[in-house]
Amino acid sequence: MTAVRDLARRARAQVAFADGWRELVTPEGVDLRLKVAAYAERFAAFAIDALILVGGLVLFTIIALLAGGATRAAWMGEALMVVWLLGLFLARNFYFMWFELRPRAATPGKRLMGLRVVAADGGRLTADAVFARNAMREIEVFLPLMFLGAQGEGIDGALITLGAIWSGVFVVFPLFNRDRRRLGDLAAGTLVVKAPKKVLQPDLSDDRFAAGAGLTFTPGQLDVYGEKELHVLEQVLRSGDRRAQAEVAVRIREKIGWTGPTDLPDRTFLNAYYAALRGRLEAGLLFGRRRRDKHDRGQARP
Amino acid sequence: MAELQLKSHRFRAEREADWRRLERLLDKVERRGVGALGQDDLLAIPLLYRQALSSLSVARAISLDQSLVAYLEGLCTRAYFFVYGARTRLPERLANFFLRDWPLAIQALWRETLVSGLLMALGAVVAFLLVQADPDWFHGFIPGEMGQGRDPAASTEALRATLYATGKDQDGLGVFATFLFTHNAQVALFAFALGFALCLPTAGLMLYNGCMLGAFLALFVSRGLGFEAGGWLMIHGVTELFAVTLAGAAGFSIGWSVAFPGERSRVDAAAEAGRRAATAMAGVVVMLLVAGGLEGFGRQLVQDDRLRYAIAAASGLLWLGYFYWPRRPAP
Repeated sequence: MTAVRDLARRARAQVAFADGWRELVTPEGVDLRLKVAAYAERFAAFAIDALILVGGLVLFTIIALLAGGATRAAWMGEALMVVWLLGLFLARNFYFMWFELRPRAATPGKRLMGLRVVAADGGRLTADAVFARNAMREIEVFLPLMFLGAQGEGIDGALITLGAIWSGVFVVFPLFNRDRRRLGDLAAGTLVVKAPKKVLQPDLSDDRFAAGAGLTFTPGQLDVYGEKELHVLEQVLRSGDRRAQAEVAVRIREKIGWTGPTDLPDRTFLNAYYAALRGRLEAGLLFGRRRRDKHDRGQARP
Repeated sequence: MAELQLKSHRFRAEREADWRRLERLLDKVERRGVGALGQDDLLAIPLLYRQALSSLSVARAISLDQSLVAYLEGLCTRAYFFVYGARTRLPERLANFFLRDWPLAIQALWRETLVSGLLMALGAVVAFLLVQADPDWFHGFIPGEMGQGRDPAASTEALRATLYATGKDQDGLGVFATFLFTHNAQVALFAFALGFALCLPTAGLMLYNGCMLGAFLALFVSRGLGFEAGGWLMIHGVTELFAVTLAGAAGFSIGWSVAFPGERSRVDAAAEAGRRAATAMAGVVVMLLVAGGLEGFGRQLVQDDRLRYAIAAASGLLWLGYFYWPRRPAP
């Protein structure tokens, strides 16, 4: 029994690996289905954070220099130096920590890219985990930079090259594991997932959009498509792209053998068809019939 | 046109106000913290969260409106992390850290601490013997600019002078202390992170650190300044070297559990060791702050050898007592 369950779990994990979805079942028993952040998004987030950090430090340094030049008092210069050194240290080590410990669990870069940090087991994201994942940046970011910045000839040069390759392994680490975790994520048991802020968009089946045209469709006309096509239609309608809407409207009219009025705007026609199709498919759902796409004829699936 | 209204449409119309309220409350919390909420709102969030969650289950079953399901998934995820996230306040968290979490993390690392300390001692002994046998070894361990004139070519008087502050040295102590702290903390964090590479680089770092210490001591001992140099070093060195040893130990514990995870999966073992080591490391940064203060201020202001040794011994006893005094584990 456990072996079967084990196999099933492994199969599920395989599926999760294929498309980057992670299961997160809340204590209430609902799967929230987290999506692991893509490489490009994570890189962009880091680049934004690095820009903010470097830009901020340059600005900070300039201000400190100006203030130092303006006062000329010895103790003032000393105090500025202390502040500057501490600021540098805090920014380098605690910029990421500070933001990831806040309720959003995301640095400004991550927030812009719609990402957040979560504990891999779905539990609380603790301070020690955030510390661990960010302390690892020392060997993921600063060690390679050190080797890149180092110069030497002969044996020194060869050693530096070897070191650069070795430290490069840490950099490309996320490419070689499921969930795209970097070293710090592994040492802390964390993941970076997508958590974009979604706006609740108007319901397209609303009377305001669909009615008024007074169009009716026969069951035969509605049975042409399934859920997948409905979702594509939803995207086309929401995107507001008139060319795409015109093309889709022509295709649908052709496919369902539309004989009703042809002088309607495409958008009105598509909305009416969307509402009718969704109504029919959802009615099917209530009776336990799910039609995945236009090829799904309701036969027993393997 | 009542019959045109879909069940999913009505479902949404009935619950939308609650979702929006939850969204508003979460926005507020994420922007301004828990303190921004009144008591009613705070109590409402878990209820609204459960409602939204059940809405999500229903929506997945009856609604084919993609954007609605995506919205609810996003909303529930945000609310989940708020409802089940940690909400201890900072003073409480700090108290827990100093009273329990930090010493317990250090206690758990006692084996690694021993190894790390022994490696450093080994490096010190080897370097000490080598430099005693042949002073030229000194340059092998300590690169030119680092000694700041403390090398075998210097006269005994010059060496003695480096151990005691003169009047003009007392300027800029704050800068000196800050620099020492940030530099040492960065090195400690580096040693910790390197532990992930299966312990070896951290071991190397510990050995080398010991070597520098040994070479330095050998030079002063050869001029009959061993006692004085010991006081100069130990006043802050007890704290600093202990902190560096602990940083190495934290690194070892990660590398070891990655290499030999035992019964657990490698990922779980790494995460567990990483979190415990991170707690220890946060404390190491605090220790180095103390060490930086002792080195920057204490050593320049306290010129008496015996007083220096006394401070060193006191700090050592304090740290040992604080860390290893038996404590009840976390509830």
